Amino acid sequence: MGYKLSPLAFDYYLKALRNTYRIFAPVLQKGKGKFAGTDVISYGEINSLDDIMLDRKSYFSPKEVLYPIRETLFYFLNDETKAPAINVKPILILVRPCDLNGIGKLDRVFLNNGQEVDFYYARRRELIKFAMIECVEGFDTCFCVSMDSNVANNYDMAVRFDEDNITVKVVDKSLITKDLTHADTAIFEPAFIQENKVKVTIPEVDLVTKKTFDHELWEEYTSRCIACGRCNTSCITCSCYTMQDIKLSDDKKIGERRRVWAGCHIDGFTNMAGGHNFRKKNGEKMRFKTMHKINDFYKRFNEHMCVGCGRCDDVCPEYISFSKCINKLNAIVREETLHE
Amino acid sequence: MGINGKIVTKNAYRITKTRNKTALRIRVPGGYIKVKHFTLIQSIAEEYGDGTVHITTRQGFEIPHIDFDKIAQINKKIRPLIESLGLDIEVTDYGYPAAGTRNISACVGSRICPQANNDTTKIARKIERTIYPNDFHFKVAITGCPNDCIKAHMQDFGIICTTDPQYDANRCISCKACVKNCKKNVTGALEMNNFNVKRDAEKCIGCGECILKCPIGAWSRGETPYYRMVIMGRTGKKNPRIAMPFIKWSSEDVVVGVIKNTYAFVGRHIDRSLPKEHIGYIVDRVGYQVFKQEVMEGLKLNKKIQIAENIQWHGYYYKQDNQFKSI
Ligand code: SF4
Ligand code: SF4
Ligand code: SF4
Ligand code: SF4
Ligand code: SF4
Repeated sequence: MGYKLSPLAFDYYLKALRNTYRIFAPVLQKGKGKFAGTDVISYGEINSLDDIMLDRKSYFSPKEVLYPIRETLFYFLNDETKAPAINVKPILILVRPCDLNGIGKLDRVFLNNGQEVDFYYARRRELIKFAMIECVEGFDTCFCVSMDSNVANNYDMAVRFDEDNITVKVVDKSLITKDLTHADTAIFEPAFIQENKVKVTIPEVDLVTKKTFDHELWEEYTSRCIACGRCNTSCITCSCYTMQDIKLSDDKKIGERRRVWAGCHIDGFTNMAGGHNFRKKNGEKMRFKTMHKINDFYKRFNEHMCVGCGRCDDVCPEYISFSKCINKLNAIVREETLHE
Repeated sequence: MGINGKIVTKNAYRITKTRNKTALRIRVPGGYIKVKHFTLIQSIAEEYGDGTVHITTRQGFEIPHIDFDKIAQINKKIRPLIESLGLDIEVTDYGYPAAGTRNISACVGSRICPQANNDTTKIARKIERTIYPNDFHFKVAITGCPNDCIKAHMQDFGIICTTDPQYDANRCISCKACVKNCKKNVTGALEMNNFNVKRDAEKCIGCGECILKCPIGAWSRGETPYYRMVIMGRTGKKNPRIAMPFIKWSSEDVVVGVIKNTYAFVGRHIDRSLPKEHIGYIVDRVGYQVFKQEVMEGLKLNKKIQIAENIQWHGYYYKQDNQFKSI
């Protein structure tokens, strides 16, 4: 069932939902961009329609809402451990289809990856419902269509934001309040973008060989990538983390264990005890990421990890474009296959 | 031909080495000018000069080879250029009202440069409105960050834009990018402590590099911009030296107030028996403590501000230059 709401009525609806949910959406953080006088868009809690930033893509993905950048897993005292309580108020997140699909990849990694379910991810994930923002135009760097992630159907509600009114489709009946039942009904099925400006062709998974690995393409990235890690921190599907033990007493018996986001492009990611580092060159880091996003993950789960949100492209200070990298790789693989 | 050198100089024309020829200096505060003014500058250079301009070290234009008797005509024509300064005074047909206080220069600042902590153009134009016209010889420059591309350290007043970085431990992934960079390229104000970054506020110069380096926005800019002011740097034939820090973590009002107050200070102390005396030498003569007290008088100081207790200027005296022998 669909409902058509004026901006004012939508605000009342949000207000009613806020009794039950904390609502997160892309928010313009004034003056918080890295350059002076610039803003950044990241996910934050909202109160009203005006707080939602729809004109531009969010710089950081919604990942941090369900997978905190830094999370205390437990406190320890001698042999006793205790996991901290979290805020259990349910959460509603406004996400675009690519990100909703991206969260599906995180679910795979944390919930459906072998036998163990990640307790910390799961307990937060259970609190979350999704309001999908209809996205038919996309942005300059998006390539969700090529990645099969332009369409998402596992939303609890879909929202179309027009200039003068907002149309919602509610799948999860618990999201219907009297603000909706009093509103005009409408027939509304969200549409999905059918073509991006950027298109990629993923090289066939099995055709990527050792030769592709040793190709000079990666050398180019060694000379360009500065290993800043922005492509990881902004990515909806990067899920790697590292552990930190914080000792709170001199005898090290009282402390806290945290997990913190990590990223394959960040210096020190593969540092091992004794100072060994598997992937020293930045091109090798790029290769690792590329393979994970469009090759290895597929071998394990039968779907690619990357959803084509294009954020890695948006945030790279060296103008390294991941979509270009995929297409270059594809050309190389085709070339190699032809000459076999 | 009889020329009152004092009057023409004040009018931004100079005495040149060619007899009967002068040169006009066009002010371009902050080095920022709309290109529509180029046609006027071009037409004056072509009609009255030799078709060339010199781009000055202070980011203005100097149109050479002008006949003194054309000054009145030219002054009428350059009205739009003077109007473009946006001054509070009434613009007339008599040209620039003063030339002592030099063009205020600035680096490109935050309109273009990623390193910048502030809009240097805007600040330059604001200071221009505050201190121009004035006959005392003041050199002021604004630079967007401590890289100091405009060479604020060579000015009487060098204003360096800074920021007070804010750390959000909940966003920090302990990647150390900020720590390593501050150590290598700045002052080493940061260190890791239990996976958190600790900033030594005494060592931090507010350059904002940590904000630029952080991949996740754990560092961000404070709401209020701050300024470091270095003073009494100079070139010249006697004792060239770089400007030294006078105030840190200052508000814009204090920085502007100090410059304004210095005009009154110079008015009180300048040696009028000399053709001209630069502020730096006046401060040397009357002493830093007197200068400090007089220019700080009546200013509403912001909470974070720090003022140098003493300043020791370095530099060298040409006359003590005794390390050379003829070969
Ligand atoms: S790799 Fe790039 S395009 Fe793909 S999901 Fe991550 S940020 Fe988006
Ligand atoms: S954002 Fe660009 S420069 Fe930074 S690590 Fe990623 S690819 Fe390298
Ligand atoms: S001084 Fe700083 S802000 Fe100005 S141009 Fe140089 S680097 Fe950029
Ligand atoms: S502002 Fe500059 S000096 Fe201060 S901590 Fe950051 S990088 Fe270091
Ligand atoms: S750069 Fe940012 S994330 Fe990395 S240690 Fe510094 S504050 Fe933390």
